[in-house]
Amino acid sequence: MSDTITVTEQNFDELVLQSETPVLVDFWAAWCGPCRAVAPVLDQIGGEQDGKLVIAKLNVDENPNLAARYRITSIPAMKVFKGGEEVREIIGAMPKPMIEEHLSGII
Amino acid sequence: MHQIIIIGSGPAGFTAAIYAARAGLEPLLFASSVAIGGELMNTTEVENFPGFPDGIQGPELMEKMQEQAEKFGTEVRYEDVAEVDFSGDAKRVTTSDGTVHEAQAVIYATGSAYRKLGLPDEDRLSGHGVSWCATCDGFFFREKTIAVVGGGDSAMEEATFLTRFADKVTVIHRREELKASRIMQQRAFDNPKIEFAWNSEVAAIHGETEVTGLTLRDTVDGSERELPIDGLFIAIGNDPRTHLVHDKLELTADGTIAVDGRSSKTSVSGVFAAGDVVDPTYRQAVTAAASGTVAALDAEHYLTMLGDQ
Repeated sequence: MSDTITVTEQNFDELVLQSETPVLVDFWAAWCGPCRAVAPVLDQIGGEQDGKLVIAKLNVDENPNLAARYRITSIPAMKVFKGGEEVREIIGAMPKPMIEEHLSGII
Repeated sequence: MHQIIIIGSGPAGFTAAIYAARAGLEPLLFASSVAIGGELMNTTEVENFPGFPDGIQGPELMEKMQEQAEKFGTEVRYEDVAEVDFSGDAKRVTTSDGTVHEAQAVIYATGSAYRKLGLPDEDRLSGHGVSWCATCDGFFFREKTIAVVGGGDSAMEEATFLTRFADKVTVIHRREELKASRIMQQRAFDNPKIEFAWNSEVAAIHGETEVTGLTLRDTVDGSERELPIDGLFIAIGNDPRTHLVHDKLELTADGTIAVDGRSSKTSVSGVFAAGDVVDPTYRQAVTAAASGTVAALDAEHYLTMLGDQ
């Protein structure tokens, strides 16, 4: 089972910042080719983590204020939040082992 | 053992797959885990691929190529190739999880990778104002000031595309004339938001957490000047992706894989190369596709000869 959820400006605080589980927020958009490519990799990582990491999709087109708040200037951008704090940042599509390396200590 | 393994999922890889699959060779294609579709995935409108008079989006074109390859029986795997061994009759391809796949023939079509400027702050500020993908990141530079480095078609395409968002785009080019095709040059010259910094190169990128500006160096007299900007898009060309085969296949002085004449035959029998990884010159979607065809036909011929032995 994959743990992928969709977050928006309405529920970001509740589902990401107040989450008890670390959340990887994937800032993406439909027009971003590399975002499409990395999406299934993130789904897979989320599925393998069995509740230890939630994958949250955040569409930057639909949620421009959040993209601005987190100073996103390049996508795909993945930020990991733990206890309301941003603890990791991964920029650009990359193979699964490299993403996992960036997440070491969390997963 | 497979008859044929194709490494790469751009126009060359998928066209080779279409031909090989139609010939009944049941190709296995490694598309990579994240770079599937190749360079066209980072482009918007493709206006020069024949058969699409109204243009087609790069990612859509690649999805169609993949669909066509799969329709005839290509098996596509979203995995990265970590190692190749072409020394034996059975060519061995190892994926990043350690699985070894064998084939009688391999088509190597890994394309090319973006070239970097090689400046110390380039990686640090990557994703914080430094970008290699205008179509991905232009959106975040609404009403901002941007610089594009490069003088070729992709630099002009990026600069023109970025004016949809940015207030001003400065094209930084180390010479005083562009390499880009006439139509792309004209489009950029006609665009009131695009300015040119001729005979200039980027000497330094500034910014603590985000890009704030550049130091430009004049390539003629060496003088330096500051250019305040919010974003830097780098489009200075590509290098063939040959890191897996450096010591295994002969390369040319340009760094591409050496092939025999107009064929796709590499220095190793049974290994064929196609697309940008063999092409230092043209590097178009349609030339890559054509090159994939050549490789599939060469591989098919090779397999027939093997079968006759």
